[in-house]
Amino acid sequence: MSTGTALVPERGVLDSLLASLAQTPGHVVPTQSQWLKTLRAQALERVGALTLPTTHDEAWRFTSLAALARQSFHPLRTPTALQPGDIEHLHIEEATTRLVFVDGVHAPQLSSVSSDASLVVGALASRLATQASSIEQHLGQHAAFHDALFAALNTAFLIDAAVLIVPHDTVLATPVHVLFISTQPDVASHPRLLLVAGAGSKVTLIEDYVALHPGAYFTNSVAEVALGANAQVAHVRIQRESQQAFHMASCAVSLGAASRYHSASIALGGQISRLDLKVLQTADAAECALDGLALIGGQQLADTHTFIDHAKPHGVSRQLHKCIVGGAAHAVFNGKVMVRPGAQKTDSAQSSRNLLLTNKALVDTQPQLEIFADDVKCTHGATVGQLDSEEVFYLQSRGLPEAVARKLLTYAFGAEVINRIPVASLRRQLEQTVLEQTTGQP
Amino acid sequence: MIVQNSQTLLEVRGLCASVNGIEILKGLNFTVKRGEVHAIMGPNGSGKSTFAKVLAGHTAYQVTGGEVLFEGKNLLELVPEMRARAGVFLAFQYPIEIPGVGNSQFLRLAYNTVQAERGHDELDPLEFDDLVREKMKLLEMSPEFLERSVNEGFSGGEKKRNEILQMALLEPSLAILDETDSGLDIDALRVVSQGVNHLANKDNAIVLVTHYQRLLNYIVPDYVHVMSAGRIIRTGGKELALELEERGYDWIEAEAEATGAVS
Repeated sequence: MSTGTALVPERGVLDSLLASLAQTPGHVVPTQSQWLKTLRAQALERVGALTLPTTHDEAWRFTSLAALARQSFHPLRTPTALQPGDIEHLHIEEATTRLVFVDGVHAPQLSSVSSDASLVVGALASRLATQASSIEQHLGQHAAFHDALFAALNTAFLIDAAVLIVPHDTVLATPVHVLFISTQPDVASHPRLLLVAGAGSKVTLIEDYVALHPGAYFTNSVAEVALGANAQVAHVRIQRESQQAFHMASCAVSLGAASRYHSASIALGGQISRLDLKVLQTADAAECALDGLALIGGQQLADTHTFIDHAKPHGVSRQLHKCIVGGAAHAVFNGKVMVRPGAQKTDSAQSSRNLLLTNKALVDTQPQLEIFADDVKCTHGATVGQLDSEEVFYLQSRGLPEAVARKLLTYAFGAEVINRIPVASLRRQLEQTVLEQTTGQP
Repeated sequence: MIVQNSQTLLEVRGLCASVNGIEILKGLNFTVKRGEVHAIMGPNGSGKSTFAKVLAGHTAYQVTGGEVLFEGKNLLELVPEMRARAGVFLAFQYPIEIPGVGNSQFLRLAYNTVQAERGHDELDPLEFDDLVREKMKLLEMSPEFLERSVNEGFSGGEKKRNEILQMALLEPSLAILDETDSGLDIDALRVVSQGVNHLANKDNAIVLVTHYQRLLNYIVPDYVHVMSAGRIIRTGGKELALELEERGYDWIEAEAEATGAVS
């Protein structure tokens, strides 16, 4: 029986990654609690059982990982000695607390934890000593890995993590910046982030992926965010990896009663990037607003899969996902909204809007609604288009050259999402990035 | 105003234009001198708005014959933005909403682009803010319209004011106002008209494209032209507009047909 190459489960890249697990130097693995060892062992078992997804898997229909399968990555061998000055340009001025990981390894000398005693923040090893019960209660409990290869792989590598625990009724006035920096090609890293927002607390988190080199590497991240009752979290996620990078990410969010979660996910880098964002409403009257923007060109592929799970009544969800696709790039969006039986009075609106800048650009968008309750208000819609020629003409008729008019309109398309980011300096940076990227498009 | 020995600003000869292969303008002749205010009237579908858009360079319309000289130069060979910089301005019948582009940013970009073309200094945001607020007073516009996206969520009247604000900033030598009166209540009509009258001078010219005589009570034309089936079939003074208001267009079309007259 002949088998097409696409059907052969690719294990090459997985084997290289697993081999690297064995190579991880013993001295960087701290003594871990039994629960964590068990969690990692379970995850490792799933990695062994699962195969790299192919386009025959429904969730990966439009996203071929063939280019990833051909790669081989190794764990960090020689850490890069970065000086604080090397990353100054990456600072976000509003953020007084900054946790930095370099090629997946916590870099305390680059981090800066404000003296605000109300926040418990730090790397996993240090936090486990004092916050073991909070961490055990949440770490690995939200991001399911049984059928998710990349989440399983991340969990199998769970040695370090950025941990933020915001005590109940604590309001953090400034954002917390968690910065994951890649400095070397061919390295695989498995960033992990845990945010536990206690009841009534309020926090802004910036999860930021950057590269200081243009090469290929592999970032496989998992973030878990748990909101207690009435907690408010603003979660800004900036994926600005190198143009050659592979970026696989999961984010699992758990919403307590009447909590409010807002995320703005911006995807700019990576030859193949994927974000799986799952938001579960665990109690009544929780609200989430998910905003997304993918701005890609060249041969890039950016895939965003979101799942909003209205499991309880009176939930509200809002979603705006936008893609600006230039060159021969390919954007994928799949947004599923589930309204479970009994989740009455759910109010959900979802919009996918896509702008194609060239004839070779491609977008696949699939809004999906599954409703099992009868007293709900749910809307969704998707548009794919090019720049409106009447808008271009209007700007030209006021003296703007056609190229400038197109650039301005493209920028405006993205600005709707960027303007929702609650951090002013980051908005300015991203506006500049959008203007530069749209200028560079053929 | 009609100015003695004034220079010709716009000369249109035998202009033919089509959209999607359908001929709309069929040999249109039209001359405008500096200082003059012209009104182009006519029934729906006569080609008034098409003429306005062709002058501004809308790419959906193909010019299939004739010529257009602006300040003695061939206007038709210029792309829309070069026409704007040369001094041609079209106030849109339906101004376009552009979410995400700040009105203030847009106005300054347009202003500076045209200023640079004329060899004048560009203004920084603070300097421009002073200028634009001054111009907005003329149109009784609240400064809050600077903070909003271009035309987004503006009422019909607010959009038209924003068009005339752009005219005030760009100081065109030829302003074509396409149905600027449509959708305006009486107060807005008064304000917009006052703004236009304030901007009119002996060196520029204004062409009002309108369906109704009402606007011409506020902006008094030197000439009134009647357009029908893609041509100007009658030209008269401001009293012609009153006659049209009273008698409609049929009699004039019938007369033109009888005499074969094409102005």
